Amino acid sequence: MLELRNIDVAYGRAQILRNLSFAVKPGEIVCLLGRNGAGKTTTMKAIMGQLPLLDGQITLDDVVLNTLPAHEVPRQGIGYIPQGRRLFSELTVAQNLEIGMLTRKSPPEVLERVLTLFPRLRERMHQRAETLSGGEQQMLATARALCLRPRVLLLDEPTEGLQPSMVEAIRQVVVQMRAEGVAVLLVEQKVDAVLSVADRVVFIENGANLKTLDAEELRADPQVLRRALGV
Amino acid sequence: MDFGPYLMLATLEGAVLAAVLALMASGLSLVFGVMRVVNVAHGEFYMLGAVLAWWVTSMVGGGPAVAFVAALIVVPVIVGALAAAADMTVLKRLEYDPERTIVATIGLLYILQQVTLMTYGADARPVVPPFNTRLALPWLEWSDGGLHMFWPWGLSTTTYKLFVIVAGIVILSAVWAMMRHSRIGLLMRATQLDSEMAQAFGIPVERVYALVFGIGAGLAALAGVLIVPIQQAHYLMGGDALLLSFIVVIIGGLGSLAGTIVAALLIGLSDGIISVFFSPTLAKIIATLLVAFVLVFRPQGLFGTRDR
Repeated sequence: MLELRNIDVAYGRAQILRNLSFAVKPGEIVCLLGRNGAGKTTTMKAIMGQLPLLDGQITLDDVVLNTLPAHEVPRQGIGYIPQGRRLFSELTVAQNLEIGMLTRKSPPEVLERVLTLFPRLRERMHQRAETLSGGEQQMLATARALCLRPRVLLLDEPTEGLQPSMVEAIRQVVVQMRAEGVAVLLVEQKVDAVLSVADRVVFIENGANLKTLDAEELRADPQVLRRALGV
Repeated sequence: MDFGPYLMLATLEGAVLAAVLALMASGLSLVFGVMRVVNVAHGEFYMLGAVLAWWVTSMVGGGPAVAFVAALIVVPVIVGALAAAADMTVLKRLEYDPERTIVATIGLLYILQQVTLMTYGADARPVVPPFNTRLALPWLEWSDGGLHMFWPWGLSTTTYKLFVIVAGIVILSAVWAMMRHSRIGLLMRATQLDSEMAQAFGIPVERVYALVFGIGAGLAALAGVLIVPIQQAHYLMGGDALLLSFIVVIIGGLGSLAGTIVAALLIGLSDGIISVFFSPTLAKIIATLLVAFVLVFRPQGLFGTRDR
């Protein structure tokens, strides 16, 4: 279980996260919902060890993540699919995936499985990542993270700017990962996309969590969502 | 002697300079490309290469060839290790901030230079080349209705100079192969493209940086070892070399290995040829003018890409 306990995070002098706590269990999709600037991406970066905590603790099962050097965090089994994809643009598809494979020294079957999930990438293995279409780039960013055999998957706006068929493809992979017992933390702006997959929704505002709701409740009464977001 | 043989001689001299310059500038370019650090102390690593080559060859017995091979292997490793240590103790603490690392490497420049002055002294000292046979060069002449080969008087080079050119090509090919085809090259390129994401996929970015800084300094040291049988080792020799490396790297495009090699050839050959036919000063003027034109009309350099 990935657990954030009362974390405080600042960028320079500006404190972004205040006393933020939530947990993601294996086989569960938790969605982080909040306005722009609420601290969603900062939360992701803090989990990855790229921003220091002022206070609090982030743990994965028994391992304290926030005291590890940043490059050791993904080796615990955390796959990160960042906003804007952030591929290694000049490297080929195969090389991008190799970097994912190297993170935890995954056996070759893992690559085979990932390519079965994204057959489009197999056709483009020796193409540079920057030459792919937006949807294919998102597939590659997802595939790269799956190559490290994640126990936890962090997705930061994975469907941003994608056509509906791609959104559906990404959604299916996320649901499949949940079925395999991966803990999924999803940041998403599109409320309907969230409601169709999430098990729980964490509302975040000004860097603090307002409340955590079961997605069931939200699906039953969408008004709760409006009230929580204040829109 | 006619124009033709002179041109050949000048081209050969220029090619020696180009080989040394390409080695040194590719180190500077690699460090900037991966780490975004402008290493002002790069010329001192070249100087250290030359000075340590003198030191190693005078300690090792067994003839000039053995001593030189020992220097060629040992010196780049020592200088690389020193640079990696400087990276871990100084640059890492500055979080690789572009401005502060420039100031820090200026400091490093003076430390290395003054320590060399205090220990090695102010003398210029030669290293005996491992082999140095004079090679007469042939030239072709059209006479009596056919081509004839002849050996013009004074047209010659030495085996050592040819060796420097070949060594330059071999070493740069090895660097290129390492970047393109090895696993460590893949990690370096990933770090260069997006260091944060490299870290998010388990690449120990700080260790990659120390390695890259070491390799960059090692390349400069190799250039220093190769040049010292031709030029003598002196504690101030890093300054000119640094200036020429910056010229090469600006023309070629910082961070581009191919551009660095093309620009080194351009500057090395033009320096050789113009120095022979006109004057060395004119060669420097033209090189500097070229930099000005590149900066005005193509600031990213001939082969560089615009900032991502």
